[in-house]
Amino acid sequence: MITAERKPLEELIEFVRPFKRILLVGCNECVTVCAAGGRKEVGLLASGLKMALLQNGQDIEIREHTLERQCDPEYIDELLPMMDGVEAVMSMACGCGVQEIARRYKDRPVFPAVNTKFMGASERQGEWSERCQGCGNCLLGITGGICPIARCSKRLMNGPCGGSVTGKCEISRDVDCAWQLIWDRLKALGLEEQYLNIIPAKDWRSAGGGGPRKIIREDLAE
Amino acid sequence: MKTESTLEKVLASGNFAVTSECGPPRGALPDKVREKGNYLKGVVDAVNVTDNQTAMVRMSSLAASVLLKQDGLDPLLQMVTRDRNRLAMQADIIGAYSLGINTMLCLSGDHTQFGDHPMAANVHDIDSIQLIQMVKTMRDEGKFQGGADIKGPPKMFIGAAANPFADPFELRVMRLAKKIAAGADFIQTQCIFNIEKFEKWMEGVRARGLHRKCYILAGVTPMKSVGAARYMKNKVPGMDVPAELVERMGAVPKEKQPEEGVNICIEIIERLKKIEGVAGIHIMAIDWEEKVKEIVERAGLFPRPQV
Amino acid sequence: MENFEPVIVAFCCHYCAYTAADMAGSQRLAYPPNVKIIRVPCSGKVDAIHIVKAFEKGADGVYVAGCLDGDCHFKNGNNRANRRVEYMKKYLDEIGIGRERLEMVMMSAGMGYLFAQIATEMTEKIRRLGPSPVHSMNGQLPIAS
Repeated sequence: MITAERKPLEELIEFVRPFKRILLVGCNECVTVCAAGGRKEVGLLASGLKMALLQNGQDIEIREHTLERQCDPEYIDELLPMMDGVEAVMSMACGCGVQEIARRYKDRPVFPAVNTKFMGASERQGEWSERCQGCGNCLLGITGGICPIARCSKRLMNGPCGGSVTGKCEISRDVDCAWQLIWDRLKALGLEEQYLNIIPAKDWRSAGGGGPRKIIREDLAE
Repeated sequence: MKTESTLEKVLASGNFAVTSECGPPRGALPDKVREKGNYLKGVVDAVNVTDNQTAMVRMSSLAASVLLKQDGLDPLLQMVTRDRNRLAMQADIIGAYSLGINTMLCLSGDHTQFGDHPMAANVHDIDSIQLIQMVKTMRDEGKFQGGADIKGPPKMFIGAAANPFADPFELRVMRLAKKIAAGADFIQTQCIFNIEKFEKWMEGVRARGLHRKCYILAGVTPMKSVGAARYMKNKVPGMDVPAELVERMGAVPKEKQPEEGVNICIEIIERLKKIEGVAGIHIMAIDWEEKVKEIVERAGLFPRPQV
Repeated sequence: MENFEPVIVAFCCHYCAYTAADMAGSQRLAYPPNVKIIRVPCSGKVDAIHIVKAFEKGADGVYVAGCLDGDCHFKNGNNRANRRVEYMKKYLDEIGIGRERLEMVMMSAGMGYLFAQIATEMTEKIRRLGPSPVHSMNGQLPIAS
């Protein structure tokens, strides 16, 4: 999923301070799974913001709604009836959702309630780590299913570097050395000799080096 | 002979090579570079010039290399992949060669987290092995990484780093094989204190015949104090300092510790000279360049051969 | 502020804390009427949203009462409640309500005296702290549950 974390409350208070009525929109997908911007978090944030502003004598009406997701225009359209009198919108979705709301409702400022972090998976309940950086040319088939671009701190494609110690990255004991993981996997699969293959320099165009990326499916797009 | 490099000439003629290191200053202080160079002139076959070492900004290795070259030394340009993309690196390589630098070392570089700019991006457009490949292609095929021809290809003697003490140990010989396959002409290792472990690595190296495909220079560092010994043992990832050596440093009074550190260094060099496949040594005397001459002399490696 | 009677909401788990409250009652151990008890099947059922809404609706103090460590009828609901309360304390600081107004307590079903003691202590602590800062400056109190 795309992971995110709620921004510090003081930053959000500053966003909404000038307004009397705002719409707070959550998303039922990724940010729900990482407990950052789902229906519950919308309720928590609305309550917290109201109470924080009330202490300064400021009454704010916060309408709450959670969409199935915010990255498809059909869902964003559902907000239209709720927009009456709304002065600003705050979205708890990832950066994609915030931008889609801003695109559709051009006459109202839209604020992000979360900091979008990374594409990742759950290690265990309550812990998520980075797995993929969307490089556009997946090489997981030759690295034993571990991504060196997302999980090696130096994104080495022919690692490990000389700082790998007892399976941990030189920057911190909390970070696994991705190349140790890759090596362990290759061993388990009996593919040690594959390690000797040099992975050549990457073409970063597919990773965004060629500009913002787009996919068009001719069979689906009219 | 692939290049005009002094280091290549020394190694190719069968001599035991000696290289050392010079860390550029953290400011526009060219005299500091010349001062260090002075200690090393005539004492070593090449001087490594580090590249933003430990991710702390310093005078560029290219600039410092040029200063040393002007003073008659043979600089060994270190280049890390952390700070530049492939365009900038190729530009610097052509530029360096144009200024008379013909020997270089290809490295990944310490992570920015260690340095004074942890907020900077880690570039790593290519990694150290891809860099080796790139320089070899520039030299031997006269082509840029993107495929176009180079007018005036740089004839660089290509080096890489090896760390027999990092994990996983079983991979470290294969990693050397990869670097050699990519085009490395010589290797400098991380400084050696644990000779047994180094010998084990060398066994693996010889088993694959790697010592014949590439010149291996063993790294050594004289310890200045027991504090330095402990720091290297505990705080530097990928360094292996046996406890007995730390104890030995601690067993002598403070004023005698530098001398003991040099003694240990020389003992290590003597043992390294006897290991089959070791073609030379690389002395890393950080902020202690004035000691290098004494070490080279006492190790019986002075004067340097005139090639 | 004179005549400030704190409103305290106590989420009490059915198996331990609520039973302890019952016992306090049958043993005629007095505890302040300020404490409004909400019975839940397990302290682990109490969610962050319940806590924040309690404050929004007028509570001056809230506590979550569960079983003693290791004794939870549902294995570790009380541990989860403990972690949630810790997390919510930080949120209450951010909002400006303050972490002292929320507590996690643990007791066994037989500890009627402890229930009464905690109820009294919490009431007095909140009385000293004063009304929740959320009671707006124009005198309008939020709805009490």
